[in-house]
Amino acid sequence: MFGYYLDLAVRSFRRNRVLTALMVLALGLGIGASITTLTVLKLLSGDPLPHKSARVFAPEIDPLPADSTTKPADLWRGWGNIMSYTDAMNLLRAHRAERQAAMALTPVKVRPQQAGEHPFFSNGVMTTAAFFAMFDVPFEYGGGWSEQDGEDRARVAVIAAELNDKLFGGKNSVGQTVRVNDHDYRIVGVAGKWAPQPRFYAVSLGGRGYGDGDAVFLPLQSGSADKMNPQNVNCWQVADITSLETAPCAWVSLWVELESAADAGAYKTFLSNYVAQQISLGRFHHPEVALPDLADYLAQQQVVPSDARLQANLAFGFLLICVVNTVGLLLAKCLRRSREIGVRRALGATRSAIFAQFMIESAMVGVAGGVLGLVFAELGLWAVRHQPAQYASLAHLDLAMFALTFVVALIASLVAGLLPAWRACVVAPAPQLKAV
Amino acid sequence: MTLHPILAALKKHKAGVTLITLQIALTLAIVCNAVFIIGQRVDRINRPSGIDENNLFLVTQSWVGAPTGDDEGSIDKLDSMQQADVATLRNLPDVESAIAVNTLPLVNSTWSTGISLKPDQQRSTAQAALYFGTEQMVPTLGLKLVAGRNFTSAEIGHMGFRGHNKPPVIIVTKALGDKLFPKGDALGKTVYIDRNPTTIVGIVERMQVPSVNSWANSWFWNSVLIPTRLDAGFSRYAVRAKPGRLDAAMREAPKALYASNPMRVIETGAKFEDKSVHSFAEIRRYAYRADRGMAVLMGVICLILLCVTGAGIVGLTSFWVGQRRKQIGIRRALGATQVDILRYFQTENLMIAGVGVVLGAILAVGLNLWLMKQFQMDRMSITYVLVGVVVLLVLGQGAVFAPARRASKVSPVEATRSV
Repeated sequence: MFGYYLDLAVRSFRRNRVLTALMVLALGLGIGASITTLTVLKLLSGDPLPHKSARVFAPEIDPLPADSTTKPADLWRGWGNIMSYTDAMNLLRAHRAERQAAMALTPVKVRPQQAGEHPFFSNGVMTTAAFFAMFDVPFEYGGGWSEQDGEDRARVAVIAAELNDKLFGGKNSVGQTVRVNDHDYRIVGVAGKWAPQPRFYAVSLGGRGYGDGDAVFLPLQSGSADKMNPQNVNCWQVADITSLETAPCAWVSLWVELESAADAGAYKTFLSNYVAQQISLGRFHHPEVALPDLADYLAQQQVVPSDARLQANLAFGFLLICVVNTVGLLLAKCLRRSREIGVRRALGATRSAIFAQFMIESAMVGVAGGVLGLVFAELGLWAVRHQPAQYASLAHLDLAMFALTFVVALIASLVAGLLPAWRACVVAPAPQLKAV
Repeated sequence: MTLHPILAALKKHKAGVTLITLQIALTLAIVCNAVFIIGQRVDRINRPSGIDENNLFLVTQSWVGAPTGDDEGSIDKLDSMQQADVATLRNLPDVESAIAVNTLPLVNSTWSTGISLKPDQQRSTAQAALYFGTEQMVPTLGLKLVAGRNFTSAEIGHMGFRGHNKPPVIIVTKALGDKLFPKGDALGKTVYIDRNPTTIVGIVERMQVPSVNSWANSWFWNSVLIPTRLDAGFSRYAVRAKPGRLDAAMREAPKALYASNPMRVIETGAKFEDKSVHSFAEIRRYAYRADRGMAVLMGVICLILLCVTGAGIVGLTSFWVGQRRKQIGIRRALGATQVDILRYFQTENLMIAGVGVVLGAILAVGLNLWLMKQFQMDRMSITYVLVGVVVLLVLGQGAVFAPARRASKVSPVEATRSV
């Protein structure tokens, strides 16, 4: 029976080529637009640390002066988990979490050792020892530095594989030196490919939210001693920023890893106690603290550009119109065939057989629309990749989206086919036959 | 012609009529809002920055092995290196003028601070972006001085990148002057930057702040010119090429800088982020890339939506015409003219589209309210809806014309045929 219905559907498409083409095209466009925007949205709102995002937390404190009328929640939306060097170091050295790392971004000037090569800029991260273990950074050679190296302000560095390829031709460069901002840093490790999306740790530090990973990692204390400029400095008082380590300015972000909800509760209490202690010392004036986990933090920072969400919403509105359009056209087509239905019914076809026949016809429109939608989605993503956005190069159709295209197409077309199919199966055969 | 027969006929096609009405309504709602978004983005992109952007380019460079900038001696050394670079650039044959700047409008690197009317004010009166440079800044950037005077060379100081900013005099934009002194008498007044007094000696017509991000929206036109050269291990040069010589000047500038001192980084990648010599046109394109992308996308969606809806109307009406050939033949046989038949289908479409656009207008306003809530969008002017209504009615009439004409060509003989 199925084969017969398919044959009937194909015959019906042949009779109304323009109408059929129109339905498939409209459905394809709607699906293509929806899948394109959905792929971008999924890419932008991905989980940067899939295995441990629920265990990584961002401590947030409010250092603003007493007369500040900024609500802490508003402050954190703007600042996130950045704080002064003093506070970050105090919290870091308390060792109250399983792992903790402080960090700041800095543009680094790298000078190749080979003669004739021009120096170039790269992205650097000044951080502390636990960064690599906490954020699951893989290593090709060597490893990170020790906490003692940081405290000693040792000039040691971890470089990314890409920079290692550029400077050392991909060979094991552990023990070699890299010249960063006119200082020699000894390489202790070469990190493998590591570029979480979104770049959650860069969000509050003035870095870009998506795109490539960083090239050079060095101890926060050493970079600070060598006067490397952090990307983002927010001062809450007139400040002498020649000595950033003691200035009333937030420029270091802190991340902690906590094993369980109980640990998180305990850490939040510790954070409150720390702030209370600083209030009694006269340094702080606001007791509020926050400890969002990674997912909540990304939501709080509104990392996903609102344009992307807006586009996805509009694309679904677009799909809705395309489905309504298809329903209308399918209905027109099927009512035109009342006579054919009458004949079939008179010859013994049951209502459910008619219903099935028309549903199969709409499903075929759906599958064709899905294939076309896939083509449009690839075209749309190709266009996205050629946009100068940070995330552009990451926009590819993945397998799940590929499957979703067909599910969406099929559901859309079946929903669109319901009304016409029902109308077709309630056609009374007698009047139709009389007219012949 | 009475509407009664049309209504009676439409009642027989409830589902089809409902669908086409719904489609028109949804299309109107989405197209209105999309066009509104396009309009807003285009307004944003077209804002004049206040500087003369023609023939202007920006060179960003960084020295290798430069003095640290921590003490007086090394700041002086950095300052002379910067001035040497400016002299090198000015001496190029294709260059009209060149200055060192800390940033420019649309270059997303901002030094902002609060400006106060009293030294001990808790909350500053206005937030403003600072542009550091010399008396050459106003002529080279093509800023329009509307009151007061430019800086004199005697007023120009210099300081380290992290130094204390204490300018004796400043030039402000008219927007900032009016915000600080609403009576419009800002010229000659004393204001406080970081608790240091300074006098407003000049007012320029307009100068945008460097950031185009939403956080700067509330003080977008509040800029201050500071008569100070900023000395750091890196520098930015705004260079104005002679008319028509922009490309040549952009090619020559890095070569000349390398020739005068090879210990520096000037990047020459292909992508915007990977190079450090940009024409101002490139800077503008890059700054507004997201807005342009959004406007284009919305435009494409609108166009496709209107086509889909138009095609839907054509399809459905064609079907109705096909179905009613016999009735049309009877009407023609009873004396209806071709024009009467044409009018019939046009009126029918006008009625359906009329209900659709009324529904669509309500949906459009509703969608706008929802977008305002979800995406901090502005309220849409009712003009967009009215224009949308007219466009959809015209689209409906246009789409119905071909099938209606075909209907009017139906011969009266059809009435006599049994099938």
